[in-house]
Amino acid sequence: MNLAKLRPSAQILPVLASLGVLILLYAGGCVAFENFGSLRVLINLFGDNAFLGVAAVGATFVILSGGIDLSVGAVVAFTGVLIASLIGHGQPPLLAIGLALAFGAGFGALMGALIHLYALPPFLVTLGGMFLARGLSFMVHPESLSIDHPFYGEFISQTLSVPVSRRLAIPFTAFALLAVVLAGAALARWSRFGRNVLAIGSSESSARLMGVPIGSTKILVYTLGGFLSALGGVVATFYMQSGNPASFVGLELDAIAAAVIGGTLLRGGVGYIPGTLVGVLILGLIQTLVIFQGTLNSWWTRIAVGGLLFVFIVLQQLTARRRE
Amino acid sequence: MIVDLIVWPTLAALLWVNRRRPLLWPLLALALLLLFNRVFTPGFFVLEIRDGRLYGTLVDVLNQGSKVMLLALGMTLVIATGGVDLSVGATMAIAGAVMARLADVSVPVALGGGLGVALLAGAWNGLLVSAFRIQPIIATLILMVAGRGVAQLVTDGQIINFEQPALVYLGNGALLGLPFTLALVLGMFVLTALLVRRTALGLFIEAIGDNETAARFTGLPARPVKFLVYVFAGLCAGLAGLVAASNIKSADANHIGLYLELDAILTVVVGGTALTGGRFQLAGSLVGALLIQTLGTTLYARNVGADVATVPKAIVILAVCLLQSPVLRAKLAGLRRRPPAAATKEGTV
Amino acid sequence: MSAPALVCRGLTKRFPGVVALDGVDFCARGGEVHALMGENGAGKSTLIKALTGVHPRDAGEAEVDGRPVHPRSPREAEAAGISTVYQEVNLIPDLSVAENICLGRQRTRFGFIRWGDARARARSALARLGLELDVDRTLSECSIAVQQLVAIARATDIDARVLILDEPTSSLDAGEVAQLFTVVRRLRDQGLAIVFVSHFLDQVYALADRITVLRNGRLVGEFPVAELPRLQLVAHMMGRSVDEVEALRHRERPAAAPGEPLLSTHGLARRHAVLPLDLELRRGEVLGLGGLLGSGRTEVARLLFGLDRADAGETRLEGRKVEFHSPADAMRAGLALTPEDRKTQAILPNLTVRENLVVALQARRGLWKQIPRAEQDRLVADFTRALGIKTSGPEQLIRNLSGGNQQKVILARWLATEPRLLILDEPTRGIDVGAQADIERLLAKLRDQGLAIVFICADTAELSRNSQRIAVLRDHAKVAELTGADVNEQAVMRAIAREAAA
Repeated sequence: MNLAKLRPSAQILPVLASLGVLILLYAGGCVAFENFGSLRVLINLFGDNAFLGVAAVGATFVILSGGIDLSVGAVVAFTGVLIASLIGHGQPPLLAIGLALAFGAGFGALMGALIHLYALPPFLVTLGGMFLARGLSFMVHPESLSIDHPFYGEFISQTLSVPVSRRLAIPFTAFALLAVVLAGAALARWSRFGRNVLAIGSSESSARLMGVPIGSTKILVYTLGGFLSALGGVVATFYMQSGNPASFVGLELDAIAAAVIGGTLLRGGVGYIPGTLVGVLILGLIQTLVIFQGTLNSWWTRIAVGGLLFVFIVLQQLTARRRE
Repeated sequence: MIVDLIVWPTLAALLWVNRRRPLLWPLLALALLLLFNRVFTPGFFVLEIRDGRLYGTLVDVLNQGSKVMLLALGMTLVIATGGVDLSVGATMAIAGAVMARLADVSVPVALGGGLGVALLAGAWNGLLVSAFRIQPIIATLILMVAGRGVAQLVTDGQIINFEQPALVYLGNGALLGLPFTLALVLGMFVLTALLVRRTALGLFIEAIGDNETAARFTGLPARPVKFLVYVFAGLCAGLAGLVAASNIKSADANHIGLYLELDAILTVVVGGTALTGGRFQLAGSLVGALLIQTLGTTLYARNVGADVATVPKAIVILAVCLLQSPVLRAKLAGLRRRPPAAATKEGTV
Repeated sequence: MSAPALVCRGLTKRFPGVVALDGVDFCARGGEVHALMGENGAGKSTLIKALTGVHPRDAGEAEVDGRPVHPRSPREAEAAGISTVYQEVNLIPDLSVAENICLGRQRTRFGFIRWGDARARARSALARLGLELDVDRTLSECSIAVQQLVAIARATDIDARVLILDEPTSSLDAGEVAQLFTVVRRLRDQGLAIVFVSHFLDQVYALADRITVLRNGRLVGEFPVAELPRLQLVAHMMGRSVDEVEALRHRERPAAAPGEPLLSTHGLARRHAVLPLDLELRRGEVLGLGGLLGSGRTEVARLLFGLDRADAGETRLEGRKVEFHSPADAMRAGLALTPEDRKTQAILPNLTVRENLVVALQARRGLWKQIPRAEQDRLVADFTRALGIKTSGPEQLIRNLSGGNQQKVILARWLATEPRLLILDEPTRGIDVGAQADIERLLAKLRDQGLAIVFICADTAELSRNSQRIAVLRDHAKVAELTGADVNEQAVMRAIAREAAA
């Protein structure tokens, strides 16, 4: 009995495995490259991947419920363009951000409602959502639009960042990422909504018989996904200081990959939000390693991500089959 | 005009032949779209012959739609088994890259290499789906993510140009005055049709997609058939990739086939094959591809940029989804059968 | 005996075309285990679904402790004091034991779930059942039996008055059943009214205090267990009076010359499905497989046809040892199976009559040798005529045919493969009388043509009418083999009821 308690649950094993991969990658980088272990690299790892992390937390919730959201990248891009355009037209930044977040949530709610009310496949509905949001962003502004506002210039990049030394500061985006991960983890672990999402993803028919409100939970989970995609877009504007309708193509794949590598089962029902952060950091580290290496090219990132995805999916499949 | 003499009677004949068939709706939509262009888009139907070759917007539609049509042939079979292949766009990029890379060796090697690697990609997906029993969306996601990286690895991140006449001809040449790609699509269509209708493959695919349990009880080789359709989808993606690379006389790993997997899926669904599998409409998929391509060209002709054109595409997807939704159909059927007030809530399913 | 905890009066539920529940009265008292019995289509599951709010009822009343209840969802039923544990464990496999007990009822503080409280509640709910489990374990890591007990713990965690156990023992072995019964008795002694649905007569007699029998959606009667002999119960379920059964005369049957043995099994077994089984199938003979639902009839058919793999024993075909790893293997050896559930296991609903008919023969010939269209049309024409299939043509979709005609197409599908051994699993279920007679005639004709036939049928009259020999199964084991004059309804029922075949 006590021995059984010491053995980690089979569900957490993939997360521990990814954590191991993360540590190995980091340690490997530190050994191989001179400045890899510096604080700057670490801070940038969080700051540069913040928008992906925020969006990936939303994608993880959707996957946990047994669904999928292909609209992530397009919504992130749309948010950026919308904010840039609104600010360009003289609107206050906070209003622009508020509108963008409301749009994201509403957009997600709409997709969720279509999926639930008409029993449509999430894959197709969110594919439609992706095309729609992508087209809308080009309608708002056909090309990259930089944001020129003191709020963005000074407030975000200086006032809200925390200096650690004379030339180094932790950017606001890094804090945003950590806050979203913490809030997401709490929501998944300590709220009834979070547990209902997992229950539906694990077995929708059982959840229904156990009295879990299926419809509202499903619609809410896509709403949350849309909201976090939009928030990811907001964070991206802090980082890029611009909005571009052609940007973040395929970001949804990175988000899904981060979730899977972080131990979330694609069939739903099992997963951890902190695991997704680990997944995002692994993706970021691979990219950083490729940059540090210099002679390796950026496509190795995609291949490495695909390889990791393969390993984790097969692991999932094997453990799932043994259970049957 | 000559075009009117050809296009309209053909469409009318097809419509007549297919009065009671699923092909009716996509054909009707296509006819309406063409009619719209006949009236409102000047020059849409203008064809001219230069250097023994036909030019015009209609020819462009066929030429540009050829890649999606090729993909749609493979995707139709995959979807008919109840699966989906997300990786065809990435496979196109890999095939194009390999062909460009091998272009200097010799033309047959380049073509063979491109198609061979595409077959390999299909076999990989087929293995994951049939042997590992991984859900198709997930299984093909892996190659969708990694595929472009592999393509860039092949091209070393460069855009590799090539000028071998035979390779350039593939995507730009003319045969009997019409684009060679059209001949390629027709050839593949006939080949696919023969494969599924002159062997038992079509019956097996439809049986597996319609009711896999019953198919198993009947002794059908469900797993080998599934493997085969993914390999075939890989082959189709390879051909489309070679055409795409030939179009631009170079291999651009980042852009060849980008989002075309989604177009292909959309095309198949518009063409009358349900995403849940079962009955498939090979010709319907081609009509669906023409419909989507004509829609795109129409929008372009009306100065709607290609970027914004995704909005109407999204609306088409959602509309098709809703039309196929069992819930909505049940509701509509209920409305038709009895007065709305008496309609009960949908109960047992 | 205490006051009634659950009282139903005149419960009625109609589905399009059928009255699934027709004015049924039912009453379960606190502190008793009340068995609900009936064959397929008797209305047991409809009654349960009406009580638990899965199907809204069309008429009638239900009361719990004298308060009228009208649940529209499982949740409302629970709130009214009716909890249910289903045959397949309807819990969340990926969540922990504690969470499965508390899901949807977790206590929160400032919106945060109090996990300590949840664990404590789960432990105490399990303790009430006399169980001690690690409540942090993931449910799917527990055995089915433990999962079943967790489901009971969840059902009794709230203030349940009535606990419905819907075939809870189907996938448990003997030891696990004993454990479950201990828990159920304990709950009964705590004053709960327990409604127990099971097909296993032994279990019902071991556990229940009272039995209510349903048939064809109607109430047959309510009986104290002590006053209801097994044979009487079986007769009630089958819809025959015992006198009628006793009075049945053996009909003359053709003294078919016992054909040569075709296929035999020796100790063939599969865990949780079939206990070691010896069976011999002969040419020109119909072997009936009898037994109640859940007795293992279908499992035997699956094993013979290569759909499941045996753990032990062997199969011999004309004396040679054979092993079927798949239906394709069995088909090559000349076997054919029309499965029990026509809708999910046999028909390809959106394909045509022609395609449904040729698919097995095509599977046998392989992918590349397509049956020429002319031959397909000839097959369809021949079988349509021979079996009297009513269709508007070979290109009609099979889903638009009546059940009887669908079944004939499925039979034709297998006859087209020219089998030597035909296994028919409930071929007449849910089809009209005319088609049933057609199929029975066909059975005799095929037998006379020298086929070996395994005929699985729940209706004892139909079974004895059509078989030359009957193997009776109970609790996954063969308990009797009836031959000659013993092939009659009464003997079958006696065997099912475990009384000596006089």
